[in-house]
Amino acid sequence: MSSFKNVFESYDWNTLEQEIYAVEAEQVRAVLDKEKVALEDFKVLIAPAAKPFIEEMAQRSNALTKKRFGTTIQMYIPLYLSNECQNICTYCGFSMDNKIKRKTLTDVEILKEVEHIKSLGYDHVLLVTGEANRSVGIDYLKNAIALIRPYFSNISIEVQPLEQEEYEVLRQAGLYAVLVYQETYHKATYKMHHPKGKKSNFDYRLETPDRLGRAGIHKIGIGALFGLEDWRVDSFFTALHLKYLQKTYWKTKYAISFPRLRPHEGELQPKVEMTDADLVQLICAYRILDEDVELSMSTRESEVFRNHIIPLGITSISAESKTNPGGYTVEKESLEQFEICDERSTAEITEMIHSQGYDVIWKDWDRNFTIGF
Amino acid sequence: MEDVLKIADKTFQSRLFTGTGKFSNSVMMRNALIASESELVTVALKRVELKDDSDAILTHLSANHIQLLPNTSGVRTAKEAVFAAQLAREALETNWIKLEIHPDPRYLLPDPIETLKAAEELIQLGFVVMPYIHADPVICKRLEDVGVQCVMPLGAPIGSNKGLRTVDFLEIIIEQSNVPVIVDAGIGAPSHAAFAMELGADAVLVNTAIAVSQNPVAMAIAFKKAVEAGRMAYLAKLAPVRKQAEASSPLTSFLNV
Repeated sequence: MSSFKNVFESYDWNTLEQEIYAVEAEQVRAVLDKEKVALEDFKVLIAPAAKPFIEEMAQRSNALTKKRFGTTIQMYIPLYLSNECQNICTYCGFSMDNKIKRKTLTDVEILKEVEHIKSLGYDHVLLVTGEANRSVGIDYLKNAIALIRPYFSNISIEVQPLEQEEYEVLRQAGLYAVLVYQETYHKATYKMHHPKGKKSNFDYRLETPDRLGRAGIHKIGIGALFGLEDWRVDSFFTALHLKYLQKTYWKTKYAISFPRLRPHEGELQPKVEMTDADLVQLICAYRILDEDVELSMSTRESEVFRNHIIPLGITSISAESKTNPGGYTVEKESLEQFEICDERSTAEITEMIHSQGYDVIWKDWDRNFTIGF
Repeated sequence: MEDVLKIADKTFQSRLFTGTGKFSNSVMMRNALIASESELVTVALKRVELKDDSDAILTHLSANHIQLLPNTSGVRTAKEAVFAAQLAREALETNWIKLEIHPDPRYLLPDPIETLKAAEELIQLGFVVMPYIHADPVICKRLEDVGVQCVMPLGAPIGSNKGLRTVDFLEIIIEQSNVPVIVDAGIGAPSHAAFAMELGADAVLVNTAIAVSQNPVAMAIAFKKAVEAGRMAYLAKLAPVRKQAEASSPLTSFLNV
């Protein structure tokens, strides 16, 4: 069966890197003068040569986003179900070699966490786990989705990659979206950071969005973890992945996230630094490339950065997140995946969004629409 | 004779229909909709809390005697659309439904096959069906055949503000239709709305252009006036556009006619 792997293998990392770093200012000008921007142009927009054009890019990103999404920001919150994990990932707090007691929530505990999240106003939830297929496999996930379905209009997951049939089962249980990040599209670097566990299989992960598309999942979120490799090349591959998926699974919605490495138990220092200006440039470049893709911002980022990013092209934001199972009420001190940076309350974040003239959206889906016809 | 628009059993003074999406807050939305004097306002079922009386959109609308037109935005198939419509009828106590089936989440273009299927079924279930559809004269006639109470062809991709890019087909639809034709999607400026009305459209639906404007209230008034002007011009019959200048050396003067 054909998949993104075929497309991916027709590109060479080093060639792309050279092309991106060789871009000159006149090329940037020419791309910004176009009405419709193609994938080739995206290379130009993320190049160092585009940095002096960042204000113009930001203005354009702002206008395009308003046209498509209005003056609104969607709110969501993660709910960590488990930190059990059989992978070694050098950058992650849940890594198997991190010898700390693990926790997987029971039904009663999940509902306690749900009660807390609902009291904050959330209606879109993101369920997160590590990768522990025996204890937190398809049955556990299906049960969790069915359990919380009465309380949320929109349920997403960020868990280990699954098989197409398993995604179909979860969709019928009420699942709306799946987020699966490649971490890096650099094969050798990927191997280095994922030495052990199922996750060490680069190709299986790379083809996960294909399985999601075939399973008819409503929304697929992709992205790279910035800090492992050159963010520009990784972002080009992400955009390539996006364009491939849009053409192949045309009924699916897409979202992109921009996680930058954050401190955690075990501390890996980023190999390549991505500055705030770099991240703004990237967000604007994605918006100019694609008017419709959802762009999401987590609490990994700082207060100051999040305050300023609202009008620059993002469409959804989380607040008050806990990255450990039970973190809201059940077991506040369990092992967390990473330290969040913006610790403000949901009320403070919504106030910050309103003060910029944006409306906060809690509900943009109906559980009755995810009925598995 | 008074110029009113009739759809199913309801009459409308205003030929400007509006939407509730993309506004920067609910108060702004309400103020703009009141200023527009619109009597029919569409709301996405997926955006409202059906079980909850405190829903921000619904509370702001119900106080102002505006008729709600729930839409099925988000569904991908006829089956899902029929289910959503039944849900809307029960929760919002209206049998009016704006039928939107766009399986493509990028350009939100209507699926004509699923739309026709759903329309047929919904009519049998007693709904007043307002289908969002391509500016395709044949599909519009097919929808009319199954009993829809109006057709809502698009002027350009939804939210694009590009104006009446489909004008040649809209003219055919207007010429042929036995049900009201409401131009939906793509109308980005009051001049576009006026143009649609001059062509003979029965109404227009505008959302993004009002909601995303720097001043939604003023823009709502501008659209109201444009729709009125366009309608008035249509009724007054526009002077014909001269395709060629009068010939300086007539060829038929010898006929003395």
